[in-house]
Amino acid sequence: MRRDFQPGNSREAAPKRPLGTVVGMPAADTHCPYCALQCAMTLRAGMTGVEVEGREFPTNRGGLCQKGWTAADLLRHPDRLTQPLVRDGGALRPATWPEALDRVVDGIRAIQDRHGRDAVAVFGGGGLTNQKAYALGRFARVALRTRTIDYNGRFCMSSAAAAGNRAFGLDRGLPFPVADIAAADAVLLVGANPAETMPPFVRHLDGAGLIVVDPRRTATARMASLHLQPTPGTDLALGNGLLHIAITEGLVDKAYVDARTTGFDAVRAAVSDWWPARVERLTGVPVADLHATVERLAGARRAVVLTARGAEQHAKGTDTVTAFVNLALALGLPGRPGSGYGCLTGQGNGQGGREHGQKADQLPGYRRIDDPAARAHVAAVWGVDPADIPGPGPSAYELLSSDEVRALLVFGSNPAVSAPRAARVERWLRGRDLLVVADFVLSETAALADVVLPTAQWAEEDGTLTNLEGRVIRRRRLAAPPPGVRTDLEVLADLSARLGVPTSAEPRVVFDELRRASAGGAADYAGITYDRIDAEGGVFWPCPDAAHPGTPRMFLDRFATPDGRARFVPVTHRPAAEEPDADFPLYLTTGRVLTQYQSGAQTRRVAALPGEPFVELHPDLAARLGVADGGPVTVATRRGSATAPARLSDAIRADTVFMPFHYAGAARANTLTNPALDPVSRMPEFKVCAARVTAA
Amino acid sequence: MVGYGMAGARAVAELRARDADVKVTALGAEPHRPYNRILLSALLAGKVDEDDLAIAAAPAGADVRLGEAVVAVDAGRRVVRTGAEEHEYDALVLATGSAPVVPPLPGIARSNVYAFRTLDDCRRMLAAATGAGRAVVLGGGLLGIEAARGLAGRGLTVDVVHIGRHLMDRQLDDDGGRVLTRTLAGLGIRTHVGVPAEAWTGAALRLADGTEIPGDLLVLACGVRPDTRLAAGAGLTVDRGIVVDDAMRTSDPHVYAIGDCAEHRGTVHGLVAPAWDQAAVAADRITGGAAAYRGSRVVTRLKASGVDLAAMGSPTADPDAEVVSFADPARGTYARLVIRDNRLTGAVLLGDNPAVGHVVQLFDRDADVPADRRTLLLGRAHGADPPAVAASPALMPDAAVVCRCNTVRKAAITAAWRAGGRTVGEVVAATRATTGCGSCREAVCGLVDWLSTVDPSTEVAA
Repeated sequence: MRRDFQPGNSREAAPKRPLGTVVGMPAADTHCPYCALQCAMTLRAGMTGVEVEGREFPTNRGGLCQKGWTAADLLRHPDRLTQPLVRDGGALRPATWPEALDRVVDGIRAIQDRHGRDAVAVFGGGGLTNQKAYALGRFARVALRTRTIDYNGRFCMSSAAAAGNRAFGLDRGLPFPVADIAAADAVLLVGANPAETMPPFVRHLDGAGLIVVDPRRTATARMASLHLQPTPGTDLALGNGLLHIAITEGLVDKAYVDARTTGFDAVRAAVSDWWPARVERLTGVPVADLHATVERLAGARRAVVLTARGAEQHAKGTDTVTAFVNLALALGLPGRPGSGYGCLTGQGNGQGGREHGQKADQLPGYRRIDDPAARAHVAAVWGVDPADIPGPGPSAYELLSSDEVRALLVFGSNPAVSAPRAARVERWLRGRDLLVVADFVLSETAALADVVLPTAQWAEEDGTLTNLEGRVIRRRRLAAPPPGVRTDLEVLADLSARLGVPTSAEPRVVFDELRRASAGGAADYAGITYDRIDAEGGVFWPCPDAAHPGTPRMFLDRFATPDGRARFVPVTHRPAAEEPDADFPLYLTTGRVLTQYQSGAQTRRVAALPGEPFVELHPDLAARLGVADGGPVTVATRRGSATAPARLSDAIRADTVFMPFHYAGAARANTLTNPALDPVSRMPEFKVCAARVTAA
Repeated sequence: MVGYGMAGARAVAELRARDADVKVTALGAEPHRPYNRILLSALLAGKVDEDDLAIAAAPAGADVRLGEAVVAVDAGRRVVRTGAEEHEYDALVLATGSAPVVPPLPGIARSNVYAFRTLDDCRRMLAAATGAGRAVVLGGGLLGIEAARGLAGRGLTVDVVHIGRHLMDRQLDDDGGRVLTRTLAGLGIRTHVGVPAEAWTGAALRLADGTEIPGDLLVLACGVRPDTRLAAGAGLTVDRGIVVDDAMRTSDPHVYAIGDCAEHRGTVHGLVAPAWDQAAVAADRITGGAAAYRGSRVVTRLKASGVDLAAMGSPTADPDAEVVSFADPARGTYARLVIRDNRLTGAVLLGDNPAVGHVVQLFDRDADVPADRRTLLLGRAHGADPPAVAASPALMPDAAVVCRCNTVRKAAITAAWRAGGRTVGEVVAATRATTGCGSCREAVCGLVDWLSTVDPSTEVAA
């Protein structure tokens, strides 16, 4: 039913040009500033402000959610920062750019002289354009010569990236175009709620073939014909249990396993322990539903397995994703046209942002920083000695809790809200000798800063992003930023110049440098140009040269491993880092709501986007606790407590409470979350910890 | 480690996980590589082959010797003896398992009688089943039914003979047993209950009432008996099983026993889950920990395709208990839950029970049951979801959200109509409804249609 009016009608469904738009006024075909779906939109400078209109594109098919429709509301928002701020006598006051930049550079020099180069750290974001992510990594390694750089993408899809690299030799969130999902007969969605987090993506889903794994009966789960509602923290057991059934029911694609993979025997032995009754008991998912899931995936002509934050944000996130990758491999899905495994990337440039060097262990082109050949290649592009490029640094949470870090420069992130155990991170941020934040509003992190640098918004800059399907697309500028505001690239160039390393702030020039730096790497952008992006509706990487068509579907002939085969990796379930006990008897899980994005620094300021913090809990639990719908409740964990109104719902398990993480202050969910880290991806355990709930 | 079955292999892994320096030698009597006994019924049913039975390799550093049966334990000298060798130990774990009970029936020693316990049993039975037309299974407990289902799945006509009042009478109440009988009948398995078997003729099982049930082979599933021979020979305290305390220690402080062979507080379990709990406790104690085993909450789950059965706790209810039940015998669905003090004390769920996972967890955790008991039978509380928005535009409240992606309520659609929007396109342009995921388009069309009929003063544009 849903499919009937998808592609053909979406154009018709798009609203007509709003009244008040003046023909001939500037317009820009760009993409939404928010999530990784990067819905195409056209911006027009109207008489009353910037008008937004959905634009036909394979990802959003003309659709936008309310976040996209209202994205322009921040361009002239009263909270908009238009001059730098510096802290004097405990308070932030306006300053000139030269004063602010000098203060930053003087601070950096003093700290590096005293504490060494690594004492100055950089923290980036998955929303930054490819150019910015690249420039930030280069700035850290060449201008600051610090190893201490990481970014909030560590909190996003790092577990899926690690699992993808481990299995396929390469991580591209979706190794196939998003439109393939619409054509699949069966889709297993593990820990994703796109109906809220990327609504136009739902145009690619057909409820009949959809199976959703989520501890809550979300809007997405309600669409599905089968909803598996596991105990938080048990997805790994679920994945192993599904593979166990595929084996015992004779549904393994043995020809594929023989021809295209290695390591199946060890995985088969490892999942032997995960028989359905055991998995049912641990997860709460009925045996019959486990069977139905496997039968549907195995019986489909085209099947897709997708994971997202629900499976990934765990101290065992990498292994959890691996369990589902193993399932997909056993069923012969990856590298088969129309089928496969993929990760739904979250942040706007969550894909490109993880490829070009703002990650602690990485150089541009998805190269490893500890690989001598990679260092030599990138050093040549940068005009430095390979030996001068620092080695790998600490991961995001480790960085944000390190005593060795004396100064921090933040671009495109708000860790005071989005980091785990946020009260401690907030204290840590306050304790730095120098905190510099580049942002366009005074985010909770910026409010703690010594220097705040006002930056441009998405409609005011050019750049490229790489969407969730690995398609490199263009962000196009509608108008110049307001006076007093600089782009992130300009800020980096300004700082870099003061540090004696002149660089370009021109996005096209930076992109050309990025292309050279990525050439020969796993994420090879060498053949991608602005002209090709314009002419071809985006280009899928890898695209090593001008004649290469780009790679919409990966792994069709071989995987990116030395022997060309995908690797099965045995994984076993273990409990969450913190399981409920007598003192903290409930599970807390965190996530998103439709009207807000990430730390909420942007969306909480958009008046048209409704949304209040809440604690979702089951009516039975509320009755036991004496909590009424709407009444204030306090959720406490070993890290702290948070208070928000109760929202009663039987869509959640009675042993679990849920909080959205978009909010600050007393309702900050990340005050509660557990920074236990995944040993491979260094992902914190956002999705499960032990909590106590009381009426406030 | 004496015995390298499900319990022994687990204990070795637990030991090495806790202490990489502990020197572990495991002696397994069965010659083939260790296998997952849980999957034997799948092997019998022909769904897997023997390669699929492999369990994870022993952890590095563990010395696993297969085909080496221990013949004696000398607890005084702290050595175990195989045929040729002696092995010293500081701590000994007996995981000797159990052996099938062979009832003293005339003819039971004939060659076409098979136990269903080990991989070898399974191989022999499979060889016999090939080309056979009929099988008789003696014993209608869990294992007997799994064997019957497996053989029926291979095309044999199967009869199950059970001496109890009904099948699985230790786990099921009478009604549950009747529904199970009916379910099995639908799968080609006949059931004979309440009559003792008298003799196996080689071609038929004769019952005490004179009935003769023909079969080309007889499968014994009359329960198991803990294998306590080594323990008894070593002078350890043995009752039904090897008696252990909460540390899984036998009467000799250097000797532990786990799994099917162990008797803890009068209980001998025959299932893997308790054996694994016990393996963890024994491993913890041996490596200096203080873990204690206080029994397991046992959930019995039948593994047989076409039969979904879960049973836990006691099927009987005392007069004060609250009983929640549901029966749809025609479709093979039956549920009976016994609740005391807001906790489950027992449950039987047979057939299509969408809440079975929930029920199992509530029992496992001894947790409060839902206020709305129907949740336990039907899944989530009935009627809790809001009505579908498109059901009737007239009845939809003004505050109902029609388009979630853009938080467009019915009132906004109506307002757009009143403001002059006369087509779906115009209403969409004014409200942004349908422009997110698109799934509310039908509802918006329905509202516009409805507005055009209830508001006759307006001309409807095409």
